[in-house]
Amino acid sequence: MKTLKIEELSKNFGSTEVLKKINLEIDEGNFLVLLGPSGCGKSTLLNIIAGLETINEGDVFIDDYNVSKVEPKDRNIAMVFQSYALYPSMNVKENMIFGLKQAKTSKEKIQEQLEKVSKFLQVDQLLERKPSQLSGGQRQRVAIGRALVREPRIFLFDEPLSNLDAKLRVEMRREIKKLHQQLKTTVVYVTHDQTEAMSLGTNIAIMNHGVIQQNDTPEKIYNKPSNTFVADFIGSPSMNLIKGFLKVNSEDLLFTVSGSNLEIPIKDYDFKDKSNLNNKEVFFGIRPEHIFFKKFNESDFEINLRADLSEYIGHEQIMTFDYANQEVLAKFPSTIKIDLAKETKLYFDLTQASLFDAQTEERI
Amino acid sequence: MQDSLKSSSYQQLEQKSKYTNMFLRWFLYFMLILFASYFIFPLYVMVVTSLKTMEEIRQGTLLSWPSGLNLESWAVAWGGRGYGAGDTFLRPYFWNSIKMVVPAVFFSTFIGAMTGYVLTKWRFKGDQWVFLFLLFGCFIPFQAILLPMARTLGVLGISNSVIGLVLVHTVYGIPFTTLFFRNYYISVPTELVKAARIDGAGFFKIFFKILLPISAPIIVVTVIWQFTQIWNDFLFGSTFSFGEAAPIQVALNNMVLSSTSVKEYNVDMASAIIAGIPTLIVYVLAGKYFIRGLTSGAVKG
Repeated sequence: MKTLKIEELSKNFGSTEVLKKINLEIDEGNFLVLLGPSGCGKSTLLNIIAGLETINEGDVFIDDYNVSKVEPKDRNIAMVFQSYALYPSMNVKENMIFGLKQAKTSKEKIQEQLEKVSKFLQVDQLLERKPSQLSGGQRQRVAIGRALVREPRIFLFDEPLSNLDAKLRVEMRREIKKLHQQLKTTVVYVTHDQTEAMSLGTNIAIMNHGVIQQNDTPEKIYNKPSNTFVADFIGSPSMNLIKGFLKVNSEDLLFTVSGSNLEIPIKDYDFKDKSNLNNKEVFFGIRPEHIFFKKFNESDFEINLRADLSEYIGHEQIMTFDYANQEVLAKFPSTIKIDLAKETKLYFDLTQASLFDAQTEERI
Repeated sequence: MQDSLKSSSYQQLEQKSKYTNMFLRWFLYFMLILFASYFIFPLYVMVVTSLKTMEEIRQGTLLSWPSGLNLESWAVAWGGRGYGAGDTFLRPYFWNSIKMVVPAVFFSTFIGAMTGYVLTKWRFKGDQWVFLFLLFGCFIPFQAILLPMARTLGVLGISNSVIGLVLVHTVYGIPFTTLFFRNYYISVPTELVKAARIDGAGFFKIFFKILLPISAPIIVVTVIWQFTQIWNDFLFGSTFSFGEAAPIQVALNNMVLSSTSVKEYNVDMASAIIAGIPTLIVYVLAGKYFIRGLTSGAVKG
């Protein structure tokens, strides 16, 4: 049984297609992050799961029950919003129990839930306060508390941290992670922040233009991006994508760029399909953190590139190199001194490299 | 040497700017007092005239103080002289106006709040057109709806009655009240409504429990606006009602214009003040919320 299943879901607003044939499944207790740039349809998808938006095609199942036409309140879900959406005229206590009161829960049960949750979230001192008298972090807690008292099957979070300042955001991120570890409730979490997605999710679904680009564990997303969009979206600075083609000869398989004698051996690369590789136009992808200034592994590939630019950021520096007139970025500790405008010896960790078809932009 | 030179020239500049500021300040107060007296002057004339006897008025000293606190003209304006036919006084019409203004303000405000709520939080296809047409309603002049409205009231059988006037003012007020509430609710995050829907609240519950409790500023604005409009209205009142059912502004007109004998300026002035007092009270009581409510939407966004 899947806690949440989405089948062939499509949604349009007028003539704009917002979601195209989305398929998604979540197991009990998992933390799924919907990640993507703004306008990719991730919030719409969350609203559809909540029942706040109608569906044009496809179905949503919660515990194998088709809830596509079920009212939000009956879906056994709870949602935390970006603006917290605390009812301004009610105090913290009234905010938290509003849902239970609507559901005609008994007074004793309401009291019990309220005490349990408010202690758990450390808002039991604030119960009589109005939302306007709370700080950002406290509002966030109350908003989570309002979701918790309902004991839902699925938690929906809609960019809950983006209204907080940088420091508080990191704190609250850890708290949400802790919360999930303790409660083990299924979570669907929408964000555009890749650090949030990576640190919180057990699964990440990366979306763009209403399509799920890749749905995988954070490790797979980072190490084996399924297309150039994912490769480019995850990581900072993002993965270097060098355009070139493949050269197959009797004993070797090489990546090369036209008009250059630089060649990278990729014989050991784990191809999905080994046929028709000769002269194929590809992107060679390597992350800045997988380019080294000295040999760390036996298999590291040595190459000479000209350093063009250095950006100092304190604990590290980002160097820009020239690879046959294409820019290649590398991340080094800031203590390393590299002369600009000179050829420098670099080492590529080829076990971490990715190759993408230049036409389809898919991983090969 | 140079330093002291510099500092003395700074002192001169400081002096100069002090004088300029002082002059501007006095100029400002002068202008403010001038404008204030310009507006207060007619009221002053009205009040002193209403307290004078007819003899005093005939002396032609418009601005002088009354000889004493002579409230007789107020009593006449409010309660009449006590003789039967032809004696017009304000008391019954004052209550007519109250009976008209209270329900009309209540219904137009309530319906406007509801419409504003729907237009912002329960968007539907073509809602912009509905809003546009409602907005259009704000620009329809009073005169344009007189004939169709008279016919409608006739068909409904409520012409020449307070209920008829309540209906006219409610309908005519809806575009304005909707505009106020719509502009206020548009700055309220829609996520509030979403959260309430997940919590299991329905259309009316969300309105009464969540939106209405935070609408105080805009309710005040709407009430002041509608009260002023409806209380001061003369055209609808004089067209759709006469005699017994007339509101106070019509009665005031009848009193002042139709008296056959000598013009009693003191009684006229007292009547005019009485007719204006309720609006003044509403402004004094709720005035400080008025500006706050008008601007709150803009500041919040």
